[in-house]
Amino acid sequence: MAELEQRGDRTPIPAAWEYASAPESREIVKLEERYGLFIGGEFVEPRSGEHYKTLDPSSEEPLAEIPQAGPEDVALAVGTARKAFSDGWSAASPAERAKYLFRIARILQERSREFAVLESLNGGKPIRESRDVDVPLAAAHFFYYAGWADKLEYAFPHRRQQPLGVAGQIIPWNFPLLMLAWKIAPALAAGNTVVLKPAETTPLSALLFCDVLRQAELPPGVVNIVTGDGATGAALVKSEVDKIAFTGSTEVGKAIQRELAGTGKKLTLELGGKAANIIFDDCALDQAVEGIVNGIYFNQGHVCCAGSRLLVQESIYEPLLEKLKRRLTTLRVGDPLDKNTDVGAINSRQQLDKIEELVAAGEEEGAEIYQPPCRLPEKGYWFAPTVFTNVAQSYRIAQEEIFGPVLSVLTFRTPDEAVEKANNTPYGLSAGVWTEKGSRILWMAQRLEAGVIWANTYNRFDPASPFGGYKESGFGREGGLHGLEPYLDFREDSADVIGG
Amino acid sequence: MAQAPALPTGFELPLEPRLPRIGSVDQVAVEARATDLSRRSIKREAKLFALDLAVRMMDLTTLEGADTPGKVAALASKAVRPDPSDASVPSVAAVCVYPNLVQTARERVAGSGVKVASVATAFPSGQSPIDLKVAEARRVVELGADEVDMVIDRGAFLAGRYAKVYDEIVQVKEAVAETHLKVILEVGELGTYDNVRRASLLAIAAGADFIKTSTGKLSSSATLPVTLVMLEAIRDVFEETGRRVGMKPAGGIRNAKQAVQTLVLVHETLGLDWLTPDLFRFGASSLLNDVLMQIRKEKTGRYQSPEYFTID
Amino acid sequence: MAERAGRLPVKKTYKLYIGGAFPRSESGRTYEAEGQNVARASRKDVRDAVRAARAAQPKWAGMTAYNRGQVLYRVAEMLEARTGEFAELIGDEAEVHAAVDRFVWYAGWADKLAQVLGSANPVAGPYFNFTVPEPTGVVGVLVPEEPPLLGLVSRLAPVLVGGNGAVVVASESRPLAAIELAEVLATSDVPGGIANLLTGFRSELAPVLAAHMDVNALDVTGADGDVPELERLAADNVKRIVRGSADAQSPWEIAGFLELKTVWHPMGV
Repeated sequence: MAELEQRGDRTPIPAAWEYASAPESREIVKLEERYGLFIGGEFVEPRSGEHYKTLDPSSEEPLAEIPQAGPEDVALAVGTARKAFSDGWSAASPAERAKYLFRIARILQERSREFAVLESLNGGKPIRESRDVDVPLAAAHFFYYAGWADKLEYAFPHRRQQPLGVAGQIIPWNFPLLMLAWKIAPALAAGNTVVLKPAETTPLSALLFCDVLRQAELPPGVVNIVTGDGATGAALVKSEVDKIAFTGSTEVGKAIQRELAGTGKKLTLELGGKAANIIFDDCALDQAVEGIVNGIYFNQGHVCCAGSRLLVQESIYEPLLEKLKRRLTTLRVGDPLDKNTDVGAINSRQQLDKIEELVAAGEEEGAEIYQPPCRLPEKGYWFAPTVFTNVAQSYRIAQEEIFGPVLSVLTFRTPDEAVEKANNTPYGLSAGVWTEKGSRILWMAQRLEAGVIWANTYNRFDPASPFGGYKESGFGREGGLHGLEPYLDFREDSADVIGG
Repeated sequence: MAQAPALPTGFELPLEPRLPRIGSVDQVAVEARATDLSRRSIKREAKLFALDLAVRMMDLTTLEGADTPGKVAALASKAVRPDPSDASVPSVAAVCVYPNLVQTARERVAGSGVKVASVATAFPSGQSPIDLKVAEARRVVELGADEVDMVIDRGAFLAGRYAKVYDEIVQVKEAVAETHLKVILEVGELGTYDNVRRASLLAIAAGADFIKTSTGKLSSSATLPVTLVMLEAIRDVFEETGRRVGMKPAGGIRNAKQAVQTLVLVHETLGLDWLTPDLFRFGASSLLNDVLMQIRKEKTGRYQSPEYFTID
Repeated sequence: MAERAGRLPVKKTYKLYIGGAFPRSESGRTYEAEGQNVARASRKDVRDAVRAARAAQPKWAGMTAYNRGQVLYRVAEMLEARTGEFAELIGDEAEVHAAVDRFVWYAGWADKLAQVLGSANPVAGPYFNFTVPEPTGVVGVLVPEEPPLLGLVSRLAPVLVGGNGAVVVASESRPLAAIELAEVLATSDVPGGIANLLTGFRSELAPVLAAHMDVNALDVTGADGDVPELERLAADNVKRIVRGSADAQSPWEIAGFLELKTVWHPMGV
């Protein structure tokens, strides 16, 4: 029981109300000591003979040994996927394909707690988010695309379409299971087979997903999982796949685009961002504060569409910042498995180093730093929620993607200036607009160069909603009807070519 | 701060970008925030702390046409000693009864520290002339009420006659003087969160000591998001002026879980300072027994039966 | 050019079309093609053309779709009016007719694209969510060598109807149709700078366009052996690469030059 503090003639008020720790049990997750590569429906030893350790970033405790797939392993996986494609998957009735996907969706729902715990354990994200966002959305994604599998002719009427073949997919560590779902669900719905490479630091949920495939009785070889670092990804890009779908940094995305130049292989890139979250003085202020917090501290800011540049109308700057800082003091940073944790662990040492380097640059360049008082655990990778004020557009923290819980605050005076500043970046993934004026929202939405505009909300995702970037944030869309297009081959479509 | 200049048409512009401003509330976002906070996991000692606090913050209420001295006497006894088998359970904050039963309640709670609250101003509709409302409020104080819960004139509010609503609160506040005034907005009739915020700021500006969600006579009442909207209005006033206004959700809070969720909302919106009966109350009739059951469950580790808790 | 008896005809100087004007190449160079001296554009001409396209594009994109459709229809009208001239130039009247019809066909898409390519998305929550196509910005177009007019029109019209600005590298061996078309564009309400046509050596111009950091998309339909190198250069700013066909006519040809924007807004009171 908390101590009580007497103040004058008032009833005593408590000195603290500490929420008792409420950790989600790890018992539900059964980890292997060492995993294999999932090729042809079973786990196989990597021919490379190499393994590495994957960690719990909140404690640096090793969780399991993971194969480092080499070019030979990748080639085997691609060959297996190719065989599965031609041996029946591409010819399987679309309705049957749909039913496999529905099965996967259902099994993910049934095993949601297990996946949520594993996702938090291996990735460092709060269980609140993996439980309420990552896992339900992953299941929803399979459910959504399941329904498309036998309706493709309605998605693209009057177009001759067929699956591409083998899709090589490379996903990041910020939403391991959800990104897997974003990649695999539309690929299978369109009739392709898949070789997917999870991120180096977060392979475990993808490996557990293999057990979902077993339960769903998906034919062997339709989905293959190869683990490893960037070298494995590079091998996949160079392999005999028909398509590459990549989510990750702009730098790597460009390298992939260069690598595939002239091959005619289909490519979709979902890359970095430096989104502006624009706050007008007539907004619903308390909700905007929540949107700012959700925009940049959700998943420790490890979000490509994070609202990392806050553009505040000068006439509301002072009260907004007061509210924001106050709100930050209520953020609970700590054990990812505690159900009350709002901000978890940074995903890796490497990422923490990058955040620390950019934050140091911000201070050096003259920005003013604010961090709420919070106790960070001694072991593991942690970074306190951070706000930079007095930021100039030219500072690195206003230009470069930090991919961490760090917000840069800038101001603007007029809607024109807000648009100009928001668009003044090579990126174009997302943007937020907060105003109670409907016509202004539409005016802004039209002018912002970004693939996703959140108006009076932020960081919302849905399988029916297309997601993807403008400019250097990539091309192609994931989600919705538009998310099918990158997995279909229209090259033999002569119906709409006159004289072709 | 300088006086805002009156523009020729009567419009005013704020001179500084300061709070509180009327502003608006986004329904979807405020409901999402309330849902997020409701998912806090409050366990063991943290839960016991909240349950104990909930008892101390309770305005144990009966506002029925069928209320009798016998009913109110029993209720008042329960207020003083909610769980006769567990002396560590504190008394509630107040009993809330109709004016005719204030005297009965006073006698029963005498010396216990439990306050007596009553309702006035043509409760629950508020649709009476202001002179009657003022007289009623004054009379309720004379009858011995420590706290007066008034209703705003929703008809006037919804007709856009905010000045009338404001003036009535000012006059009632004058009438009850030092007596604690809680102003009921009856949020279920206001239609939007924008209106809830507007009415909250109006009531606070007019002198309310507490703002209160509901009369308890409507089915839609003290939901978490509506409570959050009112807490945020209170916070804006506090941060700008330093004035502490109390909050009382009433109606619809029937179990301990809802009470704990509400306290989480208070804690994370206004902080520890509001976790006191001086600034936060629950208006409820059936909530108390569920809280008592949960307290005993936490202490014994066993799930409880309602048979073991008195109905008063 | 048929000569008439008794009169020496006035011959046309074939120049570039940049920003709505007809400058010579800033380099002062020409090359001979189809029996004419044709401007041989330089990298600085590419730069100027991109700058002109970037400056003009927002206004073009900001016009109503109805208006843009009418402008493109106007192009068809002006082209039709010069059928004889074009037929004589390229030696194929049927191709001129096809080119006119293609402009008409694409003109009609301006105000239908959003309905065919966009969507209202039923998300699982209290949000209104819709997706609309928008122009990608400035597009570099390497048009096929043949057919000289229809190949150009088939690649250019989809870029324009989508609301983009275009920098076109014309057929190297048969560039005259491009310059003639520029005269059509110049007299048909297409804002200056929206369509820029450069003649010259493709091997010289294409890499400059592919590497230009202010170009958003590159149509490599008319590129040949240098596609891998062009695509590698294009990756520096993640350009969208379009490989179309010289004779396609499809709304999906337009889609390659469009971005999709998804907007979320809560539904509440």
